[in-house]
Amino acid sequence: MDWIAVKLTVQLAALTTLILAIVGLPLAYWLATTKRRWRPVVDAAVAVPLLLPPTVLGFYFLMSTGPNTMAGRLYERVFDGTLPFSFAGILIASVLYNLPFAVRPFASGFAAVDRRLIEAARCLGASGPHTFLRVVLPLSWPAVLAGLVLAFAHTVGEFGVVLMVGGNIPGITRTISLAIYDDVQALDYAAANEASALLLIFAVIVLMATYSLQRRTLSL
Amino acid sequence: MTLLDVDIEFRYRPSRGSDHPSRESPTIACRWQDPVGDPRVTVFLGASGSGKTTVLRCLAGLERPQRGHVAFGDLVWFNAAQGVHLPPDRRDVGMLFQDYALFPHLTIEQNVAFGARHMSRNVVMERIAELLDVFRLRGLERRVPRQLSGGQQQRVALARAVFRRPKLLLLDEPLSALDRPTGEEVREELRALIHALAIPTYIVSHDRSDALTLADRTVLFDEGRILQSGTTQEVFDEPATPAAARLVGVDTILLGQITAVDNGLARIVVGGQEIRAEAPAPAGHEAALCIRAEDVAIARHDVVDSSVMNQWRAVVRSEMPEGPFVRVGLDCGFRLSALVTRDGWQRLALKPGDAAWAIVKAATIRALPRN
Repeated sequence: MDWIAVKLTVQLAALTTLILAIVGLPLAYWLATTKRRWRPVVDAAVAVPLLLPPTVLGFYFLMSTGPNTMAGRLYERVFDGTLPFSFAGILIASVLYNLPFAVRPFASGFAAVDRRLIEAARCLGASGPHTFLRVVLPLSWPAVLAGLVLAFAHTVGEFGVVLMVGGNIPGITRTISLAIYDDVQALDYAAANEASALLLIFAVIVLMATYSLQRRTLSL
Repeated sequence: MTLLDVDIEFRYRPSRGSDHPSRESPTIACRWQDPVGDPRVTVFLGASGSGKTTVLRCLAGLERPQRGHVAFGDLVWFNAAQGVHLPPDRRDVGMLFQDYALFPHLTIEQNVAFGARHMSRNVVMERIAELLDVFRLRGLERRVPRQLSGGQQQRVALARAVFRRPKLLLLDEPLSALDRPTGEEVREELRALIHALAIPTYIVSHDRSDALTLADRTVLFDEGRILQSGTTQEVFDEPATPAAARLVGVDTILLGQITAVDNGLARIVVGGQEIRAEAPAPAGHEAALCIRAEDVAIARHDVVDSSVMNQWRAVVRSEMPEGPFVRVGLDCGFRLSALVTRDGWQRLALKPGDAAWAIVKAATIRALPRN
């Protein structure tokens, strides 16, 4: 088994999930509570990766972060490196690609919280963020956890985006799913089998966890 | 004396059915000024959809009107022209929601103390203890809301709303979530609590019993407009428009003083007359009496040898046909409306200005307690 690829995959998934928690929770709360007219636009933008082929996302990511682009030059000046074919590159791309897998469960969990409870908290002197932490999150944590688990699992199994943005550099951008692809290309079916079985078991466990969390949300 | 100065216009956006029960909603426009310094209870009375709840929510800061202003004393809560809109957490109001909106994941104690911030632990504990006593919630501290009865839940919600000693208390249909007998009981309790709390209170209700039992002032709402406002006595005595009359009911409502109670039957003095009805409260208290026009009989002479408890000398003021009936306005020292059959009325051969007797069985009078 390619343990370097396993470690890299776990790192990528963990960091992606962490960033999605930081960025995705406020974004989902905004989506669940806002009355603004352009909410559907943001809704759609977040959901695009659900329909978009990963290669397309990867392609645009490369196009917009290459060394000759504004983003690319800015990144080079600040971090002294390039985004394409780096770990930071696949991390950012996978955050973007996984946004809907985290934000949509978050948002549906938040939307299920009775609006009166939020209003009651505000009338009791709690600010918006305070209300979120003391009322919304405690009542929707199963949905939040489900979103995080889904995002983590989805990142672990990612292929197209990582390949497009990161290439296939051992120890830097080569995740398990890329390793399996390499193994098959090299006709090393035993190695491919091991890694595939690992991912299959992982996926089943994650889905079982997610469904039991969903049941929990419903009964809450 | 703090002045509440309200002048707002609110239109519902064609909503996505998200947060508010979207009925056929008219534009709501209202304007009034109200000194709220001395603790005093105002009831917003109107049919559902008349805009009274929205106005209450605008006071709380939960809705943002499109135009106008709301000022509480020197504090500007809302000013559309200046783009000022204080969120609810900066208005220092206590709100009781129709369904109470208790936090299901918190215990009763945690619910009550939810508003505690920038307070030392000792002060918080003291305040909790005080409120648990006042609201009779001792022993329920560790329970969660769904284990409580409707009346108990309401007391928790009220205790929670007043925890921070708000400057204004807003109650949205406080009794409508309860079934009828419980509602009557809780209304009694609510009345006592509101007076014990001594916080100026606005109550939204569609039930005129609430206004009669709880309100010092009554504001009538209809189709997003204020029809009439004034002391409860004024508004119920002299509805200014037919719409206002429909809202307060065309029957007779009298406010008087209970002078004596004997075997559950009270003597209540109204306009110099003595009225007998089932005692709603002990002697010395005030009462509101509701007399339905169809329960009033008219006679040329006083009746002897009958079981009737209430007979008053009256002068006929008006007569108005209503189908097979005639609605007769009487002056007995107070105004009294009687609905009698046309045949019966013709037999009496009375006309406006004539003297007569009004007869009402004590059992038909609905007496409500007032503070």
